[in-house]
Parts: sequence; structure tokens; C-alpha cells
Amino acid sequence: MIRARGLERRFGETRALAGLDLDVPRGGFLSVAGPNGSGKSTLLALLAGLLAPTRGSLEVDADRAEIGYLAHEGLVYRELTAVENLELYGRLYRVPERRERIGMLLERHGLWEVRHRRVSAFSRGMAQRLALCRTLLHDPRLLLLDEPYSALDDDGARLLDAHLAELAGERTLVVATHDPARLRPLASAELVLA
Amino acid sequence: MLLLAGIALAFYWVPMAPLEGFRQRIFYIHVPVALTAYACFGWGAWKGLRLLWTRDQRHDLESYTAIHIGTIFGILTLVTGSIWARTSWGVWWSWGERQLVLFLVLFLFYSAYFMLRYSVDPGPRRANMSAVYALFGVVLIPISFLAIRLAEDLIHPVVFDRNVGTNLAGSQLVTFVVCLAGMLVLAAALYLNELTGKRVDARLRELKESLA
Amino acid sequence: MTYLGDVAALARTSLLLELRSRDTVPALLLFVVSALVVFRFALPADASDLAAIGLLWIAVVFTAILALTRAFVAEREGRVLDGLVLAPCDRSAIWLGKALGVLAFLLVAEAIALPAFGLFFAPVDGATVAAFLLADLGIAAVGTLLAAIAAVSRARELLLPLLFLPLVIPVIVGGVGASVEPDPGRYLAFLGLYDGIFAILAWATFEYVVTE
Repeated sequence: MIRARGLERRFGETRALAGLDLDVPRGGFLSVAGPNGSGKSTLLALLAGLLAPTRGSLEVDADRAEIGYLAHEGLVYRELTAVENLELYGRLYRVPERRERIGMLLERHGLWEVRHRRVSAFSRGMAQRLALCRTLLHDPRLLLLDEPYSALDDDGARLLDAHLAELAGERTLVVATHDPARLRPLASAELVLA
Repeated sequence: MLLLAGIALAFYWVPMAPLEGFRQRIFYIHVPVALTAYACFGWGAWKGLRLLWTRDQRHDLESYTAIHIGTIFGILTLVTGSIWARTSWGVWWSWGERQLVLFLVLFLFYSAYFMLRYSVDPGPRRANMSAVYALFGVVLIPISFLAIRLAEDLIHPVVFDRNVGTNLAGSQLVTFVVCLAGMLVLAAALYLNELTGKRVDARLRELKESLA
Repeated sequence: MTYLGDVAALARTSLLLELRSRDTVPALLLFVVSALVVFRFALPADASDLAAIGLLWIAVVFTAILALTRAFVAEREGRVLDGLVLAPCDRSAIWLGKALGVLAFLLVAEAIALPAFGLFFAPVDGATVAAFLLADLGIAAVGTLLAAIAAVSRARELLLPLLFLPLVIPVIVGGVGASVEPDPGRYLAFLGLYDGIFAILAWATFEYVVTE
């Protein structure tokens, strides 16, 4: 599903990724580990199509409608409510039975009670959970998650574990993390960036 | 190549000059310089379009260089135009002079182009944005010209003579065309010069890196 | 049609965000009136009403610039723009939705500024109102695209005015002309031309400004 050869990305003079070769089969689960600044976020952004490679080739067998991207920043409007955010994305991603799906996701992530509250009033953990809802909203075939466990409390983390367990095998996942050990039982492959 | 173009220009220009006064001579430089500037901006916009079309990053440097040269010629247009205004009407600036005002607006626009390039990190994003802005520039040229024509009635009734314009007799026409050709060749030479210079720099940096 | 549906959703979002920004929108509306008052004092006592109209246009344009500088602030926090760009919808819908939001703001600003001007100086006629409506379209179209460019850059508050001002000169010419001249038809037609050409250009090129 994903195939990269000699993938490289520079920002001005700095080289964030150099000469990376990658193969992720359909249904695969790749965990990406490495210290800060090693290029994990850059790799995910490249896979999502937000960045273009400076050099090398990258083939991702999924179009925009099939990719779910979770960034560290959340990608949600702070001054809109949880529901408003998901309604917007639901519309843009042409999610069928939008209202029901939004309700189901919010409830599953424990956000149903606060659905009409603005994201600026959320705790960091709640915002992260909403971001996860946004990512899963359109049931993407390819999931690109950039440090999804960050800011989650134990409950949130356990919820995410359950999600990932469900998705592994059914969908293709690439997850960047500081804690590869947590993903080891699920991951089909591991990549460590320097 | 650069030298050849410059010499060709000077060589042809000088013998034609004694026919008219100084004021006319500036005309033979001012207008070709202006037209060459337009050509450069047009080329820069074309290269920008190619960049957006093909996503081939090489066009970014070509677009940038063309606009760079164009801006230089634009500044020359303003300077020669100012000199011309001085010799013709005794003032260094005239709002009634359409070409001059147009180039002032374009100068502001393309200076902003460079500000744009300086404040965004190099990469495909910057290339895209520069290309789009270059396209806006080339569309702005005729629109601004129209606007300035309309504005003349608002700002400044046209009182200055305009006999230097469309009617060029035989030898004058030849001089003009030769000067124009010479200017274009000069611009092309400067363009290629700067382009190859930058390409060589880039290649050198690449080599240094692969050795490191 | 899903495209219009997307635009509607994005425009609604844009309006919601504007309504909820408790600090920005009221401040800008206050700014436009303050500017008019300052201009009143900046004019000599015997200045014509025509000069005053010019200052009305400047007040509105500068308020527009301030508004545009903040146009993509909400999308910058949390990298929402990336989220929107990744969605399967046409990227130009993002531009259109946001531009409609800007347009709405401009209409409200003028609903305040024009009567205020009528109070401080002299009443404003139908041609002036028409001119402002047409100018708003052009300002929103071009400004939104430039705001997206500036949002990515380092010096965003400074870059937007630099990029925008040369492009807004024709709008000011058309607008002031229509407000002041006894025969506003030409100027209004020119504004329409500006709007048409630049709106199409902005619509077509926005995609490239937000992607690589």
C-alpha cells in the first residue's frame, strides 16, 4: 500500500529525512520510533500528502478520502464546538449518516456530554480524543497517527489501545510513537529513525 | 555572451544618436527597457505556470531569475523615465506619465515578490506561492494600465505633450528596433548568466554534501 | 452539488468564527470609525468633499487589510488548514468559503462606515455604494488568497499589506472614480472587470498556495 524509495525531505538547508526505503503492505501496522527531531512527523506528513518529497519516490495507494491523519496539533478549530468541528469534517469527507456516526464516536470517546462545548474549553486530553474522532470519522483505509498517545490519560490510552487492536489487520496503520513497546504486540513492522 | 550583447547594443546605438537631441536619445533606451521588463515579467509568469503545471522545481529558479532581471529593468525604466521627464519638462517625476506610474506600481508589486520569497522557507511551498504571485503580477500589468488611464482624469489632466509615441520615421524606427533587440538580448544574457550561476552553486552544494 | 455544499459549510464556519471572535470583529469595526475621525482632523479645513471620499476609501481598505491579516488565524492554530487541505473536497472551496466570510465582514464594516461618513462629512450617493459593493468582491477575492500566503510566512502581519497594496490600487482608482465622477459607469465597469479577472485567477490558483 505504501512504497518509498530513497525518500528524502529537506527544509531549506536541514535534511529531516534521508534516503528512506519503506514498504507497508495492505493491512500492515508500522510503528515508527525515534527521538525528537528524527523526522517521524515529517514522514507522516509526507505519507499524508501534505509535504512533497525533495527527492526519491513515494507511492501511497490511497486517495484523500481514504486517509485519516492525526497530527500533534489536532486539526480542530478551537472556537468551534466538538459537534461543529465534526459536522464540518463529516460534510467535507462525505461521511454517510453523518449525525449518527458523529454521535457514536463522541459517545465512544466520552465526549458526548461536552459535545456543545468549544474546544478551547477542553482539557488537552479531551482535545486529543476529539482529534481522534476527527481522524476516524470517515472510516479511513489508511491511518497515519502522529504520537496519538500524547496527552491521553489512562482511560483515554486504554480506549486507544482498544481502537488500534480493532483496526490492526482490518486497516493499514502507520503510527509514530515515543513508546514502541506499547505497540509491539500489534505492530507488524517497526521502523526506528535516527 | 553578456559582453557581446552589451557591445552590440552600444555599438549600434552610438552612431544613430547624433540625429536627435538628448531627450530623444533617452527615449531609445527608456522604452526598450520598459518593454524588456514586461517581457521578463511575462517570462517569469510563464515559468511560474510551468511550475504549477509540471511540479518540476527547476522552473522555480527560472521564474525567480526572470522576475529578478525584470525588476532590475523596471528600476532602470523608472530611472530613465525620470531622466526623460527631467529633460522634457524639467521635473523628476510626473503623475501624468502613464508608463512611469505603471512601473511604480509594478515595482512595488515585484518588490513584494522578493519580500515573499525572503519570508518563506525554501521549498515547494515557496515555489508554488511565488509562481501564483507572478501570475497575479502579469495580470496586474494590463489592469493597472487601465486603472492609470482612468485615474488620469481624476488626478491630473493630461497637459504634457505626447508626440514621442507612435510616429517613428524610417531611421528612427530602425534605431528603435535595434535598441529593443539589443535590450532583449542583454536581458536574455543576464538571465542565462544568473541562472547558470545559481545552478552551479546549487550543484556545488549538492556535491559537497554527498562527499560529507 | 457537493461543491456548493462544501462552500456553504466552509462559509458558515467562517462566519461562525468571525461572530465568536469577541475581540477582533468589534475592534475592527471601531477601527474604521476611528480612522474616519482621524482623517477628519488630518484634512485642512477647506478641503473638498472629494478629498474626503478618498479618505473613506482608504479607511475601508486599511480596515480590510487588518481583517485579512487575521483571516486565517483560526486555521493556523491547531494546523486546521492542513486538515481542510487533506479533505477530499476541492481546495478552491476553502478559498471561496473564507472569501465569503471576508465579504460578509466588509459589508458590515461598510454598513457602519458609510453612514458614519455621511454624518461626519457628506452623504454618500448610490454610485458610491455600488462601487463599494463591487470593490468588496475584488478585495475579498484577492485578499483571501494573499492572506493564505502570508499565513505561512514568517513576517505575516507585514507581508500581507505589502502583497496586497499594489493589487488594490486599481480598486481604489475604480472606487474613488465612481464615487466622485459625474459619470461613474466606466469606473464601475472597470471594478467589475477587476473582480471577474482576479476572482477567476484566485479561484484557480488557491489550490497551489496551500499544497506542495
